[in-house]
Amino acid sequence: MKNATPSQTIGPFFAYSLTSTKYGRRLLASNRIDSVSGTQIRVKGQVFDGDGEPVPDAMLEIWQADPEGRLAGANDGANIKFTGFARAATDQDGTFIFETVKPGRFHTSNDILQAPHISVIVFARGILTHLHTRIYFADETSNDNDPILAAIEDPNRRVTLIAVPDSDGNGYTNYRFNIRLQGEEETVFFQWS
Amino acid sequence: MTADNYPPDNAAGQPDNAAPTYRSTQKRAPSIPPVVVPATLGELSKPLFGHNNLTENDSDLTRQHNAKPQGERIIVAGRLLDEGLRPASGHLIEIWQTNAAGRYIHAADQHDAPLDPNFTGAGRTVTDADGWYRFTTVKPGAYPWGNHTNAWRPAHIHFSLFGPSFLSRLVTQMYFPADPLLALDPILQSVADATERARLISILDFDLTQPGWALGYRFDITLRGNNQTPTES
Repeated sequence: MKNATPSQTIGPFFAYSLTSTKYGRRLLASNRIDSVSGTQIRVKGQVFDGDGEPVPDAMLEIWQADPEGRLAGANDGANIKFTGFARAATDQDGTFIFETVKPGRFHTSNDILQAPHISVIVFARGILTHLHTRIYFADETSNDNDPILAAIEDPNRRVTLIAVPDSDGNGYTNYRFNIRLQGEEETVFFQWS
Repeated sequence: MTADNYPPDNAAGQPDNAAPTYRSTQKRAPSIPPVVVPATLGELSKPLFGHNNLTENDSDLTRQHNAKPQGERIIVAGRLLDEGLRPASGHLIEIWQTNAAGRYIHAADQHDAPLDPNFTGAGRTVTDADGWYRFTTVKPGAYPWGNHTNAWRPAHIHFSLFGPSFLSRLVTQMYFPADPLLALDPILQSVADATERARLISILDFDLTQPGWALGYRFDITLRGNNQTPTES
């Protein structure tokens, strides 16, 4: 038995390896998840620091179920052609965009059905151990019965995990989801046990 | 796989995000403790992507251009294990680093040291059946940064790793042994426990070293997950 190797910050210079093709490298993952079914969505937002300043050097990774609630890499998803994974860097305005599909619902280990959600990891210069959060959707009534949202003691903080409908079209259903690392309206982060 | 594979106690040894001597944490570390919740299948399953698209040159950073890069060629290799000390096979490892002069190719790096047209400084590979990985690269350089007056980062290689689940995700940095800058580096020193900190420092290894060609550095990595006592010998 040995604990995991200590984490260290991703630093400001990851892009040429992980998120950008500007340096001539082929990427293994982009900010897009393709699916043959489901509602195409675009989630756009900004990452802010404790002063409300945009964070221009964060990397976000998302991981989600397919529209039927199946997870690639889990036993129930072994045969589907759906990676469920994407990564994006923030730009100078701290902005990120993910293009994906609305995830389906799946159960917890206690057999409670969860609301549709996207799992998120936040990396950045100045973050030594990456942060876990989730994106939920304002137009899903099942949020009211979601066991993970319910575990957030202060109901006023739950709203930090709810992506809200956004204008604009382009064939997508658009959502806005901001991440505030610190201070007023600080995003809820999770420690999974 | 069940949720009790990931007790919060196993986060011991991880750096606290509020690390006063590392200045960038001051406005970026959350001020409210995380909400502790039981992991669901979403956290315990493994993201899938691109693993099958790697080429041989992805793991040899000295062969990604027409000519060889400047600097001291080295081999960096090790084993990826889970918390039960079993080999973690088939997992993606991505690395990035400066060139031998201490300069990143990244556009935001303005350090006055030369770029090397024959070195990008990015690599990736997948661990083999016994959890082994291996890169050929050049030894990165130290470089100055703005954390405090006359601050210098020790030479390091960034590592990004996937494992058996979304909770196994790890981004870390590998350092080199006997570097006097290690004791002065707020990022390495953010790991409070000296034994845990030492795990980020590679070991000069003559089993990896190829005579007449390149020194070898060993860097083993443990990922969260599967921390039950192994049942087979």
